[in-house]
Order: sequence, then C-alpha cells, then structure tokens
Amino acid sequence: MNASPAVMSSRYDVARVRADFPILARSIHGKPLVYLDSAASSQRPLAVLRAVEHYETTLHANVHRGVHSLSQWATDAYERSRETVRRFINARSSREIVFVRGTTEAINLVANSWGRGQLQAGDEVLITYLEHHSNIVPWQLICAATGAKLRAAPITAAGELDLDAFKELLTPRTRLVAVAHVSNALGTVLPVQEIVRLAHAHGVPVLVDGAQAVPHETVDVRALDCDFYAFSGHKVYGPTGIGVLYGRESLLAAMPPWQGGGEMILSVSIEASTYNELPAKFEAGTPNISGAIGLGAALEYVESLGREAIAEHEHGLLELTNESLTALPGVRLIGTAPGKAAVVSFTMHGIHPHDIGTILDSEGIAIRTGHHCAMPIMQFYGLPATARASFGCYSNAQDVERLVQAVRKVRELFG
Amino acid sequence: MDLKELYREVILDHNRSPRNFGRLDPADATAAGRNPLCGDVLDITLRMQGDRLTDLRFEGQGCAISMASASLMSEAVKGRRRDEIERLYGEVHALLTGRESVGERELGKLAALGGVVQFPARVKCASLCWHTLHAALADAKAPVSTE
Repeated sequence: MNASPAVMSSRYDVARVRADFPILARSIHGKPLVYLDSAASSQRPLAVLRAVEHYETTLHANVHRGVHSLSQWATDAYERSRETVRRFINARSSREIVFVRGTTEAINLVANSWGRGQLQAGDEVLITYLEHHSNIVPWQLICAATGAKLRAAPITAAGELDLDAFKELLTPRTRLVAVAHVSNALGTVLPVQEIVRLAHAHGVPVLVDGAQAVPHETVDVRALDCDFYAFSGHKVYGPTGIGVLYGRESLLAAMPPWQGGGEMILSVSIEASTYNELPAKFEAGTPNISGAIGLGAALEYVESLGREAIAEHEHGLLELTNESLTALPGVRLIGTAPGKAAVVSFTMHGIHPHDIGTILDSEGIAIRTGHHCAMPIMQFYGLPATARASFGCYSNAQDVERLVQAVRKVRELFG
Repeated sequence: MDLKELYREVILDHNRSPRNFGRLDPADATAAGRNPLCGDVLDITLRMQGDRLTDLRFEGQGCAISMASASLMSEAVKGRRRDEIERLYGEVHALLTGRESVGERELGKLAALGGVVQFPARVKCASLCWHTLHAALADAKAPVSTE
C-alpha cells in the first residue's frame, strides 16, 4: 500500500501518539480496534485522564464559594483551564470564555440570551445547509418565539457553501449569521473569515459552530473576527459534558443571563437580583469543574503535539482515504470540496450505510452511519444516510488500510 | 457474532429483489413507518376482505435487514386472518429479541431473521415493518361507513 508522502515523511510520530490513548489497545469482536468515529467523539489521552484523576483525588471542592483551601485550589485549577482555553483560541480576555455543557448548549445560550433581546418579527437569522441540527433547531425555536425568520444559504454539489447565494441572503433584515466552521457530515471547511467580513459590512454579528474545527484547525477568534465561537470538549480529546462559548466581551456584557441560580449573581433579594461579572453571569450553578480541568489538559495535549503537525498528518490520511476509496467500484464520496477537514462521507451503490456499519463493526472498525444530525445535507444529496469515517491525531495509515479492506469485504458479501 | 448468520442468502435475495414492493391504489388501509435514527422509511398499503388480509404492498428505503424483513413479512401475511397475523407478529418479535425459542415450522421463511438477535442495534430495523403493519391493521379496523 502506498502511503502518501505526508504520512511517510512527517516528523509526526503517530505510534507515540497512539500510546497516549489506552482505548486504542483494545479489541472489538476479536480484532484490534480501528477508531474512525472521532467526529462523533474523540478518544481521550492519558494526560486528560490523569488531570481529571489528580483533580478528583487531591483538589475537589466547589469553586468560587469557600474560604477553605480546597475550594481555593479547585477554583485556581478551574480558572487556569479557562485561561488555557483563552490562549488556545486567542481570545482577548478570559472574561470572554464561558464554560458550558457543549456546543449545543453554547448555541442555545446565544439563541436565548442574545436572540430574545435582539430578534423581532421581520428579522432574519441566516444559517447554511451545512449545519448540524444543533445550529438549526435553537434558531427555529427562538424564531418561533420572536417572529423572526430562519433563512439558509444553499450549497454546491461538491458540498461547499454557495457564497453568491449567501451574499444575496444577507440583507438589511439579517440580524445574525450562524455558520459551521467545518461541516460535521462532509468535512467541508467554510470560509469563515470571508463570511464574517461580509456580515460585518452589514453590521451583522456572526456565531461560528466550531465543534468540528477545533480538533483539526488552528482557531484564532481574533483573526476570524467572529463574535461568538462554540465548541465541545469531547471532540478535541477532552471529557464529555464540557464545552466553551467564546463571546466578544461587549456583546456578552450587554446580554441578559440565560439561566438563573447560584454563582451568576452578586446579590439577591426576593424582589430582584444583580448579576455577576463575566463570565460568571452565564455560569449558573456548580459547573462541570473536573470536565473543565480535563478540557484544559486536552488543549495542552493538542498544543504539545502541535496543531499544524496534527492537521498535516490528518490531511495525509484524508488524501490516502480519498484515493483508496475512489478506486473501489461503486463507492461514491459525498462532499468533495477542496478544503476539507479529516472527514470522509461515502456511499456504496446498492448497499445501505447501516449494513456497511454493521459489517465494518464485525471487523473491529468503528464508523458513523446515518444522517449525522445534518438531515438538510442528506436531503440536498437525496440520500437517507451516508457512512462516515473521521480521523483524529491518533489515526494512522493502517486504519485506512483496514477500512479499505473492510469496504471490499462489504462488496463481496453483498455481491 | 456471525455476519453470515445476519446476512443469510434469503435476506440478501429479498433485499436485492423485494417481493410485493409498491403501492396499492385504492387500499383499505395505509400506514407509514419511520425510524428517525436510521432514516428508514416504510409505507404499507393493504386490502382486507372482512378479517382477512388479501393483499399488501410496501415501499420505502432502508438497510438490507429492514427491506428483507418487510419483503418476507409481505409474503408471510398475505391471505391470513388478522388474529393469525398478530400471533405471527408476536413470534417474530420473540425471534428477534431472543426471548423464547420459536419453532422454525411456524415461522417458515421468516426464520431467516434468526441472526438478528446477535446484533441488538439491528432489531429495530427488522421490526419496523411489523410495527407498521400493526398500525395499518388498526387503521383498517375503523368501521366503514356506508352513509
């Protein structure tokens, strides 16, 4: 098998990276695990597991509440993670970093807090056909509540945003643009910088769903100039149940709280409350402290491997997979944009993706099959579902080889 | 876990060339089955004579297991009485979930679904058509008014 030059020549030592992920050593149905479902959820390195264990076994108490030492140490660790996140995405201030449950909660926070105050009948929220349901449904809900209208920019056959159509849909009625940075179903990288420039020319703020970008690209919110950026911990080698909403400080400061409770207030009487400073205003209740600490460790782990090195490694695998799968008869790649992150969506003529998924699973290979929570994209291609292989920093050429062998086996079995 | 048990030749054959595929018009009853997680879509139309199902067609899209199961079901239930179909439904369900052993003779060709039990994630694929037929039969129960 010819590995592409990027895979062969890289200074990136994938064997060492794999050794950091204990789960990769296990077998599925008696075969070594090939994990190609990182876009759904990535695996976690020892550095993350150990950081969480260290916190749980030596530092845990509630944050921002106690005068006792443990509470102070827990608070320090929690806030250090916030600072790591700030550095990782190059935000101006850690006041712009709100810990949430994940991308979904981050978008719901903006839809409810920003949207409820800003949207009214006749206004429009502009998204694209490439969005995950979590960047569609929150806008549908807030539009239904405020009388605003949800518009979606179409895509091309290759799975790229139709930028001309997007420009036409950007009108004086548009109040917010909400777009994916990377499509979860196809891997397409959207021209976020250009989208932000266009929207800002109309005075319209932009929310970016970065769930699929943060694991694969260097994300710099100041360079992007976006107004909100949302991502999840568990897709970037961190724990589940923790994620981040970045918000431009001037916008966050003007937004009302979304959820009320402890931590988010300065003072409370039965008649009224005054709200805490940023970002506490948006973190009602005891947060996911160990999750935040795990996320901080995950981002430091990614920095230690080097984001450009990971991206280069993954692109090598992406090219290898594209070439190998395209060479197989009856295999069709869905989403062929030139700019893609390490996600390969495909179909096999006459074989439903769920059958592909079951047969690959019997070979120890984990992929995602279905509509990938992005039904509008499936409707665009007239497909009920696709099979999707997605890569992470630990994926290697052998994973691709096993995938291709198994896809051949699917064809043999179905004739 | 044995793939050949799941994808038996009968299953692959019924997936490739589903029997009774299409739509009856007019029909005495219809029902739409949806598996939102998979995106499976199944529409059943049927004709009744009193208590007896005289004809049935299905159309839709789904995996090999759901298509083959619907095709096998269509052959198994045609010409049967409502109570016979309900009993068969129970037996197929028992086969799919492995709750009790079912006599192969009773099931006939439907026994080809016997491998599904090893693949818990696929039980819903095989049972979608039966749930849909059940709903269609309930629809057919509505008394026909001549007024």
